[in-house]
Amino acid sequence: MRVYEVLFIVAPNIEESDIDTLVTQLSDVATNQGARIAKIDRMGRRRLAYPIGKFNDGHYVVFTVEGSGAEIAELERRMRVTDAVIRYITIRIDEDLKRAEKFRARRAAHAAASAGSRRGGRRAEPVLPIGDEEEGEEEAEV
Amino acid sequence: MSSEHREHGRRDDRGGRQGGGGGGRRFIRARKSCRFCADKVDYIDYKDGRLLGSYIPERGKILPRRISGTCAPHQRMLATAIKRARNAAILPFTLD
Repeated sequence: MRVYEVLFIVAPNIEESDIDTLVTQLSDVATNQGARIAKIDRMGRRRLAYPIGKFNDGHYVVFTVEGSGAEIAELERRMRVTDAVIRYITIRIDEDLKRAEKFRARRAAHAAASAGSRRGGRRAEPVLPIGDEEEGEEEAEV
Repeated sequence: MSSEHREHGRRDDRGGRQGGGGGGRRFIRARKSCRFCADKVDYIDYKDGRLLGSYIPERGKILPRRISGTCAPHQRMLATAIKRARNAAILPFTLD
């Protein structure tokens, strides 16, 4: 299974209620194809860094989609034919997330290993914490 | 003699904002360190325009790591994130 992040920008001249229906419409497209929408993030109205078409701002919406990839094709096709969507970008993130997880695990292991022999990190921590404690703190940081 | 020395130092020091302390030792400068390593960042999100914006100087180009001190793995992540952000109109392609 793959995880995708689908970001799209809705034109600023669309009513708030119409955006809601559009969002549910598009998420239905994905779910009907067998994908699972893990998260819908409405980032709200933002200024665009450069004009797209004739618009200088737009509503950003981000879907986090879990699926096989075939759903993304349909979702993108729908967004392409929808005039209200002025820009869309799909990014596959499962590999990046896996990599990030690996780094985190390695760092936790490293911290635990070095806690025994040497002083822990290079950061100025007044008292050396016990292994579990340090791990907990690290997770809170990330 | 001393003035000659100083002139040399200035020429070699291009880019560096903070001038060195003494006249003679012109090559010694604090090692720049990767901010992402210090913050233990594992993934650079392309949607974080404020963070990425600090890595694009006036012209809108990606700040090279010889200036920022970012480590190679993080610079790669950063470059990818900036390119994605440009497509999402979060960052500009060019600035004038």
